[in-house]
Amino acid sequence: MPLLEVKDLQVRVEEREILHGLSLTVNKGEVHAIMGPNGSGKSTLSHVIAGKPGYEVTGGQILFKGEDLLEMEPDERAAKGVFLAFQYPVEIPGVATMTFLRTALNAQRKARGESEYSTPNFLKKVREVAASLNIPQDMLRRGINVGFSGGEKKRNEVLQMALFEPSLCILDEMDSGLDIDALRVAADGVNALRSPDRAMVVITHYQRLLNYIVPDVVHVMSKGRVVKSGNKDLALELEASGYAQFEEA
Amino acid sequence: MDVALVKPATERATRELFAAARDRLPGSGPVSEARQAAFDDFARRGLPYRRIEEWKYTDLRTLLREIAPLAAAPDQAALASAAKAVTAYVAGDAYKLVLVDGVFAPQLSDQTPETGVEVRALRDILENNDVAARADLLTTTAASDTMISLNTAMATDGIVIDVAENAKLTRPLHIVHIATQSSTAAFTRSLLRLANGAQATLVESFVAAEGAAAYQAHDSVVLWIGDDAGLQHVRLVEDARDAANISTAIVTVGAKATFNSLNLTSGAAVSRYQGFIKFSGEGSHADVNGVNLLNGRQHGDTTLVLDHAVPHCSSNEVFRAVLDDQAHSVFQGKIIVRPDAQKTDGRMMTRALLLSDGAEADNKPELEIFADDVSCGHGATIGALDESLLFYLRARGLSEKEAQALLIQAFVGEAIESVADDGLRDVVIGAAERWLAARG
Ligand SMILES: Nc1ncnc2c1ncn2[C@@H]1O[C@H](COP(=O)(O)OP(=O)(O)OP(=O)(O)O)[C@@H](O)[C@H]1O
Ligand SMILES: [Mg+2]
Repeated sequence: MPLLEVKDLQVRVEEREILHGLSLTVNKGEVHAIMGPNGSGKSTLSHVIAGKPGYEVTGGQILFKGEDLLEMEPDERAAKGVFLAFQYPVEIPGVATMTFLRTALNAQRKARGESEYSTPNFLKKVREVAASLNIPQDMLRRGINVGFSGGEKKRNEVLQMALFEPSLCILDEMDSGLDIDALRVAADGVNALRSPDRAMVVITHYQRLLNYIVPDVVHVMSKGRVVKSGNKDLALELEASGYAQFEEA
Repeated sequence: MDVALVKPATERATRELFAAARDRLPGSGPVSEARQAAFDDFARRGLPYRRIEEWKYTDLRTLLREIAPLAAAPDQAALASAAKAVTAYVAGDAYKLVLVDGVFAPQLSDQTPETGVEVRALRDILENNDVAARADLLTTTAASDTMISLNTAMATDGIVIDVAENAKLTRPLHIVHIATQSSTAAFTRSLLRLANGAQATLVESFVAAEGAAAYQAHDSVVLWIGDDAGLQHVRLVEDARDAANISTAIVTVGAKATFNSLNLTSGAAVSRYQGFIKFSGEGSHADVNGVNLLNGRQHGDTTLVLDHAVPHCSSNEVFRAVLDDQAHSVFQGKIIVRPDAQKTDGRMMTRALLLSDGAEADNKPELEIFADDVSCGHGATIGALDESLLFYLRARGLSEKEAQALLIQAFVGEAIESVADDGLRDVVIGAAERWLAARG
């Protein structure tokens, strides 16, 4: 059974159709890249998979481990293993990052019927993960993403991904705003999570990221559909020739 | 015509209330005279209602309708059920002073205060004829308010605390008001005097023992803060959800002194907290913060008057309301800057968070500025929880209620963070968490 199956998905936002019958199948252990021009609907797809309100699904379905994802609340999806690293992570002043991480992790574990982490075990785990991503401890004491640079926000997303150990990771433009060193650290963090039980969907505009996170499949999205799929060479081709050839379609 | 016919009837009922309570009210001679004068004032004006400007959003004639009969002095059963409430609500190393149904309960209170503190029951002082002219304990000149008059007339007991010069208390003083009876009223009057250079923390809690319902808590506290002294003041109104709490604080701040105050109201069907804070010496600062956490049909009113009577003082007010269902929150903040009070800095910022369409927040800032070299300002916002923040938290596995709870805590945190002591701040956060937990 595929991990994720998006079938003929049609989505509207404020009466306007954004996704016009999008299909995508992702198996365990695979890394997929989605590329496509601005406004083609990449973030929309990631939001609909994560359960963001405000999108109207007018057709098609999304199955996750064979279950109807669209029937689930966002927190149920998270507990079942769906993780979205946001293109624009929000700032939440007054909610300490540590408190948030512990509340979220334990909420997911509780929903799965697992025991909650004790404080010392939790702290140990966060420290390890933070150290591997070069995230200083004092950042974790601040409000969620408050005063974080663009790159730090993205690294905080990868930190959460490593902590929650989801089975499907969707990374929406993880590379935007990262300098070359930060990109390598974040990509190493992502690669460390590659496993036969986990799949990744990497949304990006730049082939460069795919040198670090090498995909099994590359999809081109245009105007709310997947218009072409191929292997990693497709990304190089796009880098050379742009999206113009697909826009006509 | 109707008014003329109705009013004497209410006034007669009110006078019967006082007559019935009379022999339970401590003090004679000048004390009785002060009570009588105060009662006459209340009986003549009656419960405040919407035509009285200061009470326009909190019409007690409709919300309270009448003053309940005086609660009986607590018996053994009352004290036993109060004891349970004390353990449920009082945490940490505070020095407890417990008032049960308006009467000091030494058996439930801590016995030996730290050196530098004298603690007495108001009743003992008023009844002790050797101590001359105790009527001044009941008089206040700070405000002409009918509910203060009623409190003066009816106060059965209270705590009188004196902190000696330069004494720096290490434990908070915690006055716990516990109601054990239903459909009755308790009236308390407490005083705290900080001599020059003294430092203290005063916590006041209002709670119900199990089963107490539809009662009224009427309280006044008079706080004197000496020169170079500092008071941290925390009030937690967690009364039963069908109770009423009408409270006043009258605060006088000396020179180079600090007053740091936080009122959190999460209980009572109808509540009013009015604080009259006056600077009487230069170079002082007051932080006067408030949090209303209300749902159902709760009505909570915080009304503050910051009186800058002298130059070179600063005050900062931060108020947060979180409102669900049909709850109604009122904030009225008046800053008075007297003609001599140059270099005054007065700020006021209120924010309301509406969790439902039926909730309502009224905000009335008033600046009365009679000096020219001052800096005063106020601001207000009102809004719902940010959907994108909620979604971020839910995408990480938090349920809708859990996500709301974190955002609500962050929202009220801006008012609570002025409580510098970690332990005390945790006590306040504990009260907020009880409200959040009760929402389910
Ligand atoms: N809330 C919304 N209201 C109206 N239009 C929206 C909304 N969200 C997305 N859209 C529109 O949907 C289209 C797809 O947007 P989306 O953010 O999914 O594109 P994207 O492929 O992620 O683009 P980018 O590469 O710039 O991140 C755009 O035309 C956008 O304007
Ligand atoms: Mg996007």
